[in-house]
Amino acid sequence: MPSKRLVLTFPENIVTKPITYKLVKDFNLEFNILRAEVTPEMEGKMLLEIKGASEQIEKGIEYLLNEGVSVQEASKDITLDKEQCVHCGLCVSLCITNALSLDEKSYKLNFNKEKCILCGFCQNSCPVNAIKLKM
Amino acid sequence: MAKSIEEINEKIKQGKVVVLTAEEIIDYVEENGVKKTAREVDVVTTATFGPMCSTGAFLNFGHSDPPIKMTRVWLNDVPAYTGLAAVDAYIGAAELSETEGMEYGGAYVIQDLISGKPVKLRATAYGTDCYPRREINTYITKDTINQAYLFNPRNVYQNYSVATNSSDRVIYTYMGKLLPNFGNATYSSAGQLSPLLNDPYYRTIGIGTRIFLAGAQGYVAWCGTQHNPSKERLPNGTPIGPAGTLALIGNLKEMSTKYLKACTFHGYGVSIFVGVGIPIPVIDEEMVQFLKIKDEDIYTEILDYSVQRRNKPSYGKVNYKQLRSGKITVNGKEVQTGSISSYYKAREIANLLKDWIKEGKFYLTNYVAPLPAEERIKGLEIVSQEELY
Repeated sequence: MPSKRLVLTFPENIVTKPITYKLVKDFNLEFNILRAEVTPEMEGKMLLEIKGASEQIEKGIEYLLNEGVSVQEASKDITLDKEQCVHCGLCVSLCITNALSLDEKSYKLNFNKEKCILCGFCQNSCPVNAIKLKM
Repeated sequence: MAKSIEEINEKIKQGKVVVLTAEEIIDYVEENGVKKTAREVDVVTTATFGPMCSTGAFLNFGHSDPPIKMTRVWLNDVPAYTGLAAVDAYIGAAELSETEGMEYGGAYVIQDLISGKPVKLRATAYGTDCYPRREINTYITKDTINQAYLFNPRNVYQNYSVATNSSDRVIYTYMGKLLPNFGNATYSSAGQLSPLLNDPYYRTIGIGTRIFLAGAQGYVAWCGTQHNPSKERLPNGTPIGPAGTLALIGNLKEMSTKYLKACTFHGYGVSIFVGVGIPIPVIDEEMVQFLKIKDEDIYTEILDYSVQRRNKPSYGKVNYKQLRSGKITVNGKEVQTGSISSYYKAREIANLLKDWIKEGKFYLTNYVAPLPAEERIKGLEIVSQEELY
């Protein structure tokens, strides 16, 4: 059965709507939430794997877009090139799960891959191209 | 009791100089008080490492045989300015490659020159009786050319604004990628370590001041472009937003890519991280009052970069302690922050400069002339010639 790994971004006004439930009920899709980060009054982000007929997947995505959810295909991997990094911390402002953070004492950049949901927000943000995303 | 630069340099010579970084001085003053600090500490080192677009290098290639008076010149396909004498040129950091666009540009040429890599030189000319050649294609390195020196019209901004984005789309700016609906906020100053925030009224930093510039010993050449000392200030002297700037000069051949790094802001263009360190002599107690400044004492304004106008709407003021904590409140919403200048590298430079001074490798200077204290920044109005008067 075809499947897709998607990153969904919910704007703050629809964070509390039961949107994913509709994917099962109306489009007959199986889904598996791999990672989720939802904070009240902020955006929600979710890394979701959906399985179902290709046609149904497309319809499901269309439904999500109509609801105001932004949908992008998840990247496969993210790497940090420590030789290139200058530890500015620009990427830190884009990282919703704090996988990228500056050490409080040394101010060196840390990348905790365990926390990364591959949302891709940090894509195109690194001025020295130290963060590489595989799509 | 005032201390002169000559006295401090004598102490450097004798190996008796006491140097602290602009971070270390904060706790030192807290423990020892202003009077004792002024007596005991001689120099405080400040530094910054951030993208500074107004950076570039003057190059003199030497004369070919037969010679050429270059009218257009490219370095690795990046245009340089050569409306000067025959083989003088200026390569600006922000200039884009004609073949690779934003992936490569003047900053990368400068970086390649510093690291000793060969750079392709192409030039064209109209040909004269004394300079008959009309075209040249060759390769250079920093060692094969006569002179290569950085001359940066604007570096070391005294404070800078915070950037955020109120619109509903991602925007790509010189302050980095800004997510929609106040998704993040970025800032730039080194705060408590930043040179001009530790000498807010330019009492010791002026034209001729010897500095650390990208690994070499360089100098303050002039006040920087858009130097705006009249910016509104707090009682502690620090401006609330961009104010003073410096024009810097130094020998590119002595620089290191550890302290100068080309960069690309996606969707914006090419820039360059420049590492600058400036020693501040502890000339008197008043100087200690300025030097003990810490992140929470320095404020700046949050601006909406989605408004494509000269004056952007403000969402209030924050201090650098708040910014460095990783979260600030903008428009009632908690927003993640990120810095586009590296505090880690700034600290490294402040410590390196401290070592240089302690080891007698770097002597302090009196400035030759002060920086303007009252200039005000001007805008560019679109007018007819009649309206100009």
